[in-house]
Amino acid sequence: MNQSELTAMQDEPACAHNNKAKSGCARPQPGATQGGCAFDGARNALLPIADVAHIVHGPIGCAGSSWDARGTRSSGPNTYRIGMTTDLSDVDVIMGRGEKRLFFAIKQTIETHHPAAVFVYSTCVPAMHGDDIAATAKAASERWGVPVIPVDSAGFYGNKNLGNRIAGDVVFRHIIGTREPEPVPAGAQRPGIKTHDINLIGEWNVGGEFWNVAPLFDELGLRILCTLSGDSRFREIQTMHRAEANMVVCSKAMLHVGRKIEENYGAPFFEGSFYGVVDTSEALRGFARLLGDSDLERRTEALIAREEARVEAALAPLRQRLKGRRVLLFTGGYKSWSIVSAMQDLGMVVVATGTEKSTEEDKARIVELMGPEARMISDNDQTALLQTFHDCRADILIAGDRYIYPTLKSRIPFLDIDHVRDIGYAGYDGMIELARQVAAAIDSPVWQQVKQPAPWALPSPLQAVAA
Amino acid sequence: MAKITISCKALAVSPLKVSQPVGASLAFLGLAQTMPLEHGARGCTSFNKLFFMRHFREPIPLQTTAMDHVATVLGADLNIIEALLTVAKKNHPEIVGLITTGLSETQGVDIDGVLRRFRDTYPEHADMAVVPVNATDTLGCLESGFALAVEAIVEHLIPKTSHPGRRPRQVNVLVPSMLTPADIEAIKEWIVAFGLTPLVIPDIGDSLDGHLIEAGYATLTYGGTPRSELVRAGESAATLVIGPSLQRAADLLHERTGVPDYRFDGLMGIADCDAFVAALSAISGRPVPPTIERQRAQFQDAMVDCHFYLGNIPVAIAADPDLLGMLGRFLTDMGARVVAAVAPTNTPGLAALPVDDVVVGDLEDMENLARRRAARLLITNSHGAEAAARLDLPHLRAGYPLYDSIGGHAQTWVGYRGSRLILFAIANLLLAQRREVAPYRSIFWQDTPRATEIASAAAPCIV
Repeated sequence: MNQSELTAMQDEPACAHNNKAKSGCARPQPGATQGGCAFDGARNALLPIADVAHIVHGPIGCAGSSWDARGTRSSGPNTYRIGMTTDLSDVDVIMGRGEKRLFFAIKQTIETHHPAAVFVYSTCVPAMHGDDIAATAKAASERWGVPVIPVDSAGFYGNKNLGNRIAGDVVFRHIIGTREPEPVPAGAQRPGIKTHDINLIGEWNVGGEFWNVAPLFDELGLRILCTLSGDSRFREIQTMHRAEANMVVCSKAMLHVGRKIEENYGAPFFEGSFYGVVDTSEALRGFARLLGDSDLERRTEALIAREEARVEAALAPLRQRLKGRRVLLFTGGYKSWSIVSAMQDLGMVVVATGTEKSTEEDKARIVELMGPEARMISDNDQTALLQTFHDCRADILIAGDRYIYPTLKSRIPFLDIDHVRDIGYAGYDGMIELARQVAAAIDSPVWQQVKQPAPWALPSPLQAVAA
Repeated sequence: MAKITISCKALAVSPLKVSQPVGASLAFLGLAQTMPLEHGARGCTSFNKLFFMRHFREPIPLQTTAMDHVATVLGADLNIIEALLTVAKKNHPEIVGLITTGLSETQGVDIDGVLRRFRDTYPEHADMAVVPVNATDTLGCLESGFALAVEAIVEHLIPKTSHPGRRPRQVNVLVPSMLTPADIEAIKEWIVAFGLTPLVIPDIGDSLDGHLIEAGYATLTYGGTPRSELVRAGESAATLVIGPSLQRAADLLHERTGVPDYRFDGLMGIADCDAFVAALSAISGRPVPPTIERQRAQFQDAMVDCHFYLGNIPVAIAADPDLLGMLGRFLTDMGARVVAAVAPTNTPGLAALPVDDVVVGDLEDMENLARRRAARLLITNSHGAEAAARLDLPHLRAGYPLYDSIGGHAQTWVGYRGSRLILFAIANLLLAQRREVAPYRSIFWQDTPRATEIASAAAPCIV
């Protein structure tokens, strides 16, 4: 991928702040950078496609320590969880055998695992010495009769967010529109309920959390052609162009998939989140609105009323415990505002939020939710973050997995909100689980025990009393 | 205050309770060159011997007075005398633990009277100590039988003296039935780290730890507290008493020797261990060694790492009261909730447990409670395996007997290190059973390839 292609990738007309400084794509500061690369982002975005073999073309560094480290769940095949890499050696690099090796790697996975398709992720080393993965993928696909999708995602191209965009671009260019969906099955037709086809873009089914929400779509007669990409199948992605409406769940990173589908096939999209009661309800309303089906709107409102009452009853005792407790949120992107709203739903006070990977629009939403005084932390320095925690007199830090151990070492309650967690927080039931986990973390009796100095360390040591 | 509920069933189903004679025998198995002798029918001893063999995977010295129907009706005193003579001639023990059973207690044996008669008639066996214990199995449980035997050991083998501290580095340790041989080893290491010499009473850590000896098979205990050391218990600088069940034995030891004591309900978790370490520091006059400080810090780190998995997790525990208390407090300290606490007998300490209620009952009661209150983990002896399978719950094995796994006797529970090991074990059991959102299969998948998919059996990815 050359520089002009990369620049084009950063250009997102659907983004309201496209012309402003792209803070989400800032140059990383050598020596003080955390967070993944473009390869990480591209694979993360596509890995949940469950019946696909994901081959990482590169030396062992790219896949060796990172495979099967994603908490997304499949209701069927687990091909996506098998780590596959060409494990390039220096001889491969020197002799230029990368392409050949990749070609046979594709053959091997097709013969052994029978995947619905093979995704090939190019990484820094083959990108540098010039392996033509697109040509290799094409040749392999023709030779073995299985779709092979090249993902040009060298880590040095940029950050994770860019990787997400690359992934979306690949999906749109190579997969969407290559198959027509099946007719709605007769058994799923219900009298008086018109079935609409929709897509969810940027929903990853972390910890199986989308299964909290999926039954609601069935109930409303919204057939999900595809979730890009949680618990999805290759053949479903092929049909995404036929949706009547799309929801972009993970804010900016996948926005252009929604935009391209709208431009090319006419289906409108909206942005939303399934974190928190308010957002979940808004997401359901969003579909009813875009589809312009008044009966659907009525049924949606009835469903929302029922679900919100149910969740309210379950949350009432937890709300008692959590009301007024102070949260320091440090997570990038869309989660910086979607979790704010979820925490506020619980009566908690969000004292500050991180904006490391957030776009200008993400930040605008934060201000909308937290007010103009909202404290935003763009620095990802862990020591500074912990200092902010104390400055803000926070009760719990909610952040991504990279922050877990620095936080725990500091004897601070922590909740993991990142993509690799294995607990689902989406939807109405996810909100109950989230509240439970926050309460359990804040109120765990271990904090007092790990902060307490040893009795013999006190100024006047306790004298044990003899009987 | 926990509410105590006595299970009023006519039938005990899957009993949790193990008899007092078993507990009393166990205490004697912790003395060197010793033979426990149960005064009852041969079957009592046969069962009890097998019980210990399965648990420890060791040969177990255990004899019986073998009461038959004639002895049961006409009096079994001669059985005791004959048994003592036989054991003396055949095995030459230094100590015999003479333990009554439900049969002999119901018959009304005067154990002290018979013992006097034996002493009068056979002075040539005066060197063989005989410690009588009334341990009917119509009362109590393993734990109380053990405590009764410890009390008897103090009374009969530790002379009345009044020079505590004559051995200024020696510390008595009264240990309860809930501690494993590995626990006792850990406690000894702890004490030695302060430059003190432990005298453990009774020391199953030395006899039932499972070790090979040069002689191969022995007919008596393979180690344990030597009688020659027990005699010097009155010269110790202090006594450490572990477990509420040993209060009476501790009172007696204090009364007979004047050695000051420090009492602990258990040795798991930060509070318990801190108190123990503080006592050792006070007794020895030494600062806490850096190795122990480090173990404490390691345990705290483990607490922080594990709290996600234990937080609010409902747990069911069935065990003898000391162990129930120690584990119940430990799990509560780690953030779990004990929703079912079952003990085989009622003791004064149960009401102080950090739970809403304690049921005095059996494993069926535990199973029902665990089901009703949606427990996520069972902690009990090996008999709980069936209940765990029916409830589809992970099962942490604790207490007596442990027969369906190996190495229970070598498991350390106490101390910062033991607590950390157990915490990891519990967290791992819960991790393996992580309850996730169940896969949802859409109605729109009918007639598509997804309708025929089978959810992969792969383990959930834990990251």
